[in-house]
This record gives sequence, structure tokens and C-alpha cells, in this order.
Amino acid sequence: MIQIRGLRKVYGSVVALDGLDLDVAEGEMFGLLGPNGAGKTTTIGVLTTRVKPTGGTAIVADCDVAARSVEARARIGVVPQRPNPDRSLTVRENLVFHATYFGIARAEASRRADALLERLGIAEKRDAKVDALSGGQQQRMMIARALTHEPRVLFLDEPTVGLDPQARLGLWEILRDLRTQGRTVVMTTHYMEEADQLCDRVAIVDRGKLLACDTPAALRAQAPGETIVEVLFDRDVEAEVPEMGGVTRTEARGPLLRAYTSSAAAAIPALLALGDARGYVVRDIQVAKPSLETLFISLTGRKLA
Amino acid sequence: MNARVFGALLLRDAVVAKREIVAILIRTMVQPVLFVIVFGLLLPRMGIIPRDYAAVMLPGIVALAVTMTPILSVAMPLISDFGTTKEIEDRLLAPVPIELIAIQKVVSGVLQGVLAVLFVMPVARLLMGPVEGLTLRNLPLLAVMVILGGAVFSAFGLLLGTSMPPQHVSLMMQVIFAPMIMLGCAYYPWRGLDHFPVLQYAVLINPLVYISEGMRAALTPEVEHMPVAAILGTLIVLTAVLLWAGLRQFRKRAIG
Repeated sequence: MIQIRGLRKVYGSVVALDGLDLDVAEGEMFGLLGPNGAGKTTTIGVLTTRVKPTGGTAIVADCDVAARSVEARARIGVVPQRPNPDRSLTVRENLVFHATYFGIARAEASRRADALLERLGIAEKRDAKVDALSGGQQQRMMIARALTHEPRVLFLDEPTVGLDPQARLGLWEILRDLRTQGRTVVMTTHYMEEADQLCDRVAIVDRGKLLACDTPAALRAQAPGETIVEVLFDRDVEAEVPEMGGVTRTEARGPLLRAYTSSAAAAIPALLALGDARGYVVRDIQVAKPSLETLFISLTGRKLA
Repeated sequence: MNARVFGALLLRDAVVAKREIVAILIRTMVQPVLFVIVFGLLLPRMGIIPRDYAAVMLPGIVALAVTMTPILSVAMPLISDFGTTKEIEDRLLAPVPIELIAIQKVVSGVLQGVLAVLFVMPVARLLMGPVEGLTLRNLPLLAVMVILGGAVFSAFGLLLGTSMPPQHVSLMMQVIFAPMIMLGCAYYPWRGLDHFPVLQYAVLINPLVYISEGMRAALTPEVEHMPVAAILGTLIVLTAVLLWAGLRQFRKRAIG
């Protein structure tokens, strides 16, 4: 359904996408996982015809998005990172007008709007002004709106950012529902758990490049079979540390010392003792078990959020 | 497909305008009505300005209506859409060429300009009483001036709306609108600037000058005005240039 080859986007001196290759199959729920600035939103921008690529090609639903952008737009639905409803219109009008922008007759647009509002659980808000909706309800409305013209691919850019936990779970239900209907969905997220729970396959991107792409289970299996212990000191540290506490490997990034170990219980006292011996003060300690997250850290050298 | 989507986009603007009709009327009417009261009613009765000033001013008031309504109705929503709310993005995703969305904004601005004239003209005439030399015999020219005026200022609104960051709106009012209005020959005929040759030629870059003069040609033809052919020719060129620049800028903002 989507083929991306050597996609590049350069803004001045900033390389947002650096030769990205990706394939998404029909009916797949596909996750793009990466920290802020990884190039996720730029990728979605290119795929939804709103960003012109500097190089490479992207085909969505059999349409080259750069060369045939008008046709491509008819086949995609987009839920942007920040809800951008038409605030001059009511909830229902948002959906109805959106459908008519795709050439759908008004009667049919109204029928679809009512059905979607019902399905997404905001039917009672149909005549409300958009501003009267909660954040979660607005995001549901954005999804409903993006579905009114029955797109072949739905793009969601960070769909649950800024939502409270309950609204987030509610939205997950909706996304799972889309998945069971067999719609092709591409979503970006920087929540590991979200990608893990919802997506058929996940691509880990950073600095505009694809680092890994597989099912969440297969990615977890690739994770280093070790726990990561991160100790934040009060000043820059050296990476070379003596052998200790089951620590197999260490990396230093400024004041952060990252240790890969088979046993956090053994490594933590050893690392603290090391800091003590060198006269460092410990500011923070974090432990990450083998997971998508530890794979992510080992691939990108940094954390998600 | 394009025509259908264009119709849907226009209908959306019509629905929103209908909902905000009171605010739009206030925005359109307050300034001209106050101006007519002071310069068309109070000052002539006080003997401070001659009574026949009304013949110079009425076409200017109509010209201002067909200037400010389109420019504001196109520029202001675009400034907030592109600058902060991003609301226009759902329309930018419509399966039509991006330029069509911008053209629709311009057409919508022209229509709002026509409505503004239909409100302002009778009210101004009513408040001023009989205006010497006022005629409605040149209705076709009046219609052309209203549409061309709406077009040139909607195109200008498109350019401003896609170029101005939201924080510069008040600056735009002071630096662009205020001189444009005061030096737009709305309150005096262009030939009145004969004694100020530098200013007389400098104001020729201001589209409002041609609308004011064109309105005089249509409504009070006895007041001296520019030749109609020059007015129409210049307005067509200005509309084309502003539309070209506005569309270019619109594309730049719509596609990263």
C-alpha cells in the first residue's frame, strides 16, 4: 500500500529525512516510532502531500505523492499532530463539509457523518461547537472526520499526545477497531507501549533513517538481552570503567553513564561505589528491562521522550 | 470534481459568514456610517466644508467598503489559519489543485465586497440626503468597479494573509491599511492632488486610488476623475500581479 524509497528531505542545513526506505502492506497497522526530531512528522508530511521531498520516491495507494498529489489526496485520510478542527462549524458540520470537499454529495455526507459520530461515541455532541469538546472527544472527531471520505490509508500523527490516560485508552479501542476492519493505518508515536500494543509492525526511525522494522515481538527479541542501568552524575564521566557487577558494556554521554548488565541488583551498588570513589554525586538512576525501549536505546543511543 | 469541491468550499464560507452576520455588518458599517455622519452631515451643516463635498465623498465611501471588506475577509482568517490554528489544513487535503483553495478565498472575498456595497451605499445615501450629481445610470460600470475592486483587494488580502505572521497584524493595520486608506483618494479626487505632484504620482501604486476614481466615474461622473480605460486597465494589471504573488505565497505556505 505504501512504498518509500530513498526518501530525503532537507530544510536548509537540516537533514530531516536521510534516505528512508519503508514498505507498508495493505490492511496493516504500521507504527513509526522515534524520538522528537526523528523525522516522523516529516515522513507523514511527505506521504500526505503536504511536504515536498528533496529526493527519493513515495507511493501511497498506487499514487506517487509528489507527481500525482491531487489523486493521492483522494485516497488518504489525515489526523494531524495537533487537532485542527474548523472551529467556525459544529461537530457534525465538520464531518459533512469535509466529505463534500472530497466531492461527496451532501445527503451521503450527512449519512456518513451520523454513522461515524455514532461509531466513535460522540453522537450526543453532534450539534455542539468544537470548543465544547474535551481533548479526547476532539481527537475522536478528528478521526471521524478523516474517515468520512473512506480513505484507503489513514495517517495519524501522534494521536494520543496530550490526552489523559482514560481518553488515551478510549482512543486505543478506536484504533484497534480500525485494525480489525482491515483499514491500512500508519501512525507515529513516541510511546513505546502504544506501538507495542497496537501495531502489526513497527519501524524505529531516528535522524531521518530507518534503524529497524519488524513486528513488536520480533523487535523485542532483538533487544539486547540485558538490563540497562543509567546513572546521571553531577559532571561528565569517563566511559572506561573497571569490570564489575555483571556489567558487560558501558557508554558515557556527558554526565550520563549507561551500563548494560545481566543483573541490575549487582550493577547499581557497583556503579554507586564507582561514583563515590571518583567523587561524583549521583543525580538520578533509571533501570530499563529488555524491551522495545532497550532496543531503541541500543539503536539510537537515546531515549524516546 | 473541481467545480463541485469549489462549490462546497464556497458554501462553507457562506455558512460561516451567515453565522457571523452581525459581527460582519458591524465591521462593514460602523466606520462608513460614522464618517458619513461627521463629513456628510455634521460638518456641511456647520458650514465647515461645502455641501457639495458629499458628491466627492459618497463614491469614496463605497470604494472603501469594496476595499476593506474583501481584504479583511480574506487576509485575517488566512493569517490565523497559517499562523496558529492550522484550520485550513482540512481544505488543503481536498483532492483539488492547491491553487483552487486560494482562488475560492478570493471569490468569496469578492462576494463579500458586493454584499458590503449593497449595505453601505443605501445607508450612506440615506444619511447624507440628496447628493448633487449622484446617478445610477452607469450601473454596468458600477458593477464592474465593485467586482474589480473586490478582486484586486481579495488578491491583496491573499498576499497579506499568506505573508504576515499573526504578531504583525496591528503593524499591518498601521503601516499598510492606514496610509492606503488616507492616501487612496477616497476622501478627495485624484486631480485634487494637482498641487502636490510628487504625492500625486506616488499614490498611483495604491489600488484604492483607482477604485475611488472609478466609483466617481460611475456614481458622480460630473466630479473630475481619471479616464475609465486607464482605471480598468490598471486594475486588471494590479489584480493579475497581486493574484500571481498571492498564489505563489499560498503554495509556499501550504506545501513545505
